[in-house]
Amino acid sequence: MVQRPGVVDAQGRADAVKLSNMLDAAVERLFEEEADKIWRTLFSPRDVVGLKVNCLAGRGLSTRIELTQAVVDRLTKAGVPHEQIIIWDRRDRDLQRAGYTLNSGKGVQCCGNDRAGFTEQVYEFGAAASQLSLTLMRCTAVINLPILKDHGIVGMSGALKNFFGAVNNPNKYHMNCGDPFVADVNCLPPIRRKVRLTICDALTAQYEGGPPFMPEYTWRLESLLVAIDMAALDRIAWQMIDEKRRQVGLPTLEKAGRKPTYILTAGDSAHRLGETDPIKIDWIRI
Amino acid sequence: MKISRRQFLFTAAASLGAAGISAAAGKNDADKLHEARYYKKLPQRKIECELCPRRCVIDDMERGYCGVRENHGGVYYSLVYGQVCSANIDPIEKKPLFHFLPGAKAFSIATVGCNVMCKFCQNWEISQANVDQVKAMELLPAQTAAIAKDRRCEVIAYTYTEPVVFTEYMYDCALEGRKLGVRSVMISNGYINAQPMKDLCNVLDAVKIDLKAFNERFYRELVAGELKPVLDTLVLLKKQRMWTEIVYLVIPGQNDDLGELREMCTWIKNDLGPETPVHFSRFHPQYRLTNIPATPLEVLRKARRIGLECGLYYVYTGNVPGDEGESTYCPNCGAVVIKRFGFSVLSRALKNGRCAACGRAIAGVWS
Repeated sequence: MVQRPGVVDAQGRADAVKLSNMLDAAVERLFEEEADKIWRTLFSPRDVVGLKVNCLAGRGLSTRIELTQAVVDRLTKAGVPHEQIIIWDRRDRDLQRAGYTLNSGKGVQCCGNDRAGFTEQVYEFGAAASQLSLTLMRCTAVINLPILKDHGIVGMSGALKNFFGAVNNPNKYHMNCGDPFVADVNCLPPIRRKVRLTICDALTAQYEGGPPFMPEYTWRLESLLVAIDMAALDRIAWQMIDEKRRQVGLPTLEKAGRKPTYILTAGDSAHRLGETDPIKIDWIRI
Repeated sequence: MKISRRQFLFTAAASLGAAGISAAAGKNDADKLHEARYYKKLPQRKIECELCPRRCVIDDMERGYCGVRENHGGVYYSLVYGQVCSANIDPIEKKPLFHFLPGAKAFSIATVGCNVMCKFCQNWEISQANVDQVKAMELLPAQTAAIAKDRRCEVIAYTYTEPVVFTEYMYDCALEGRKLGVRSVMISNGYINAQPMKDLCNVLDAVKIDLKAFNERFYRELVAGELKPVLDTLVLLKKQRMWTEIVYLVIPGQNDDLGELREMCTWIKNDLGPETPVHFSRFHPQYRLTNIPATPLEVLRKARRIGLECGLYYVYTGNVPGDEGESTYCPNCGAVVIKRFGFSVLSRALKNGRCAACGRAIAGVWS
């Protein structure tokens, strides 16, 4: 986790240069290697790289364009052609509302699942049975770019939950606080196999009222959470939301009746998506 | 039962042309929104859907379990009002409704969506799809009724997917149909709350309910639903005097326990009445249950025998063309009153709703 006070100005705009520096600092600390080399190691010029952003809440609480651009710049420097970089989310409309420009011509691609379509095949794992985004299927690698926010039904939305935007039927998976559905969706082979890095946009986070943007419940965390273990990232993010809720006098997510147990399920022996024991998670703060 | 996109366009376009109606095209998403009925507003722009027993609490910009009803800033909208993804003219026997206008043509329509997730769904490509995945043609209620009338369909059937999720559209179509003398039937899983079902009873003429099992485990594990609300719906339909038939898809090893079938038939006889038709239908491997073989014919025949032994008057075998269990027999004299083959009616021995041989009244809607 890298935190830089001042990366967001009084109007809520992100400083692109500071943000890029934060990204480099985070990946260098995570991999203990020089940033350019890391990106070249993780991604080859032959890769088709999907950037799974989260734009449901529109401007104010979506993956910031400045962060997505910083990732695109680093992929470009690693030799990935622009046409092989795809910014993607559920719907064209969501992307546009968050400020992204749709593109299926030359340059970096940007489209929603509603335009790209879904597989004919139904992929299954546990309780999940879904058709998958054709954008996901086209990609050889995925960078997960979620945001950090409260979720009124499943507790919180971070790294794992972001892949509800890769399936055709996320509406079927909100029962029982999303447990085990979120974990099951992340075990669908094309998702599990392709996600190489998660960069959570926590410049502005929301501790209540999500998933829509409710500015009265946001706080300036001015942080990026970077991980290769999505379950560990979410476990830490859950703690951060609970801590903020305690600070403002709200009950924890558990006491509010929406404990995100799907995160714990993601770490169980049936899913093995990552480490969810806070004691065992190597949480590095810079 | 499902038709392909190409078949649909052909059918719908031909129907529209024949009715002299041109479908609206090129509408954007906002134009397709139609405020839903049966929901209440909650704080923080959330809503609670009151249409089905699931009672989804839905955040702003999210959809309910059915996938076709969406919260926009605390107002709940149907995304499929008038958005027909499948349309065809079927014999009423295909629904199946055997005691409702035999031989009638049913203008059969569906939108995307369902409020359960049966692992054996035969129409999963449209019932389980995202609204964005399936092309639809706009048919407003008056157009739907006009097409049915023009094509000499006595009935509009809301079918293929789960009509509960497009209840507003179904209700309005049924109203328009009544103006033209076209009746309406709902082909449903019965997973609906009492108030919307009561409201629908004011405009529908018959209902077919898929009773998928007679235990909660099956509903939980294979349907992602609950049995109790479905039984409640059946009882409500009985109280409302709605003509109702039950279909039970017999899936080997899953819901074919003979003791349980006996228990179910006894419940139907006692709580709904012996004149309630029950169809035991043959399962074919589908969707997520492709590892289970088709139902042996003997099992269906046993189920039918159990129904008759329990005192039900009209028990059928389904999806087995040519079987003797397809025909309707007089519960008094045993004479064949309607002889069927598949979806075809071969002969009738009914006079004013009575057995032509002995005069016994045969329950149903015959004219």
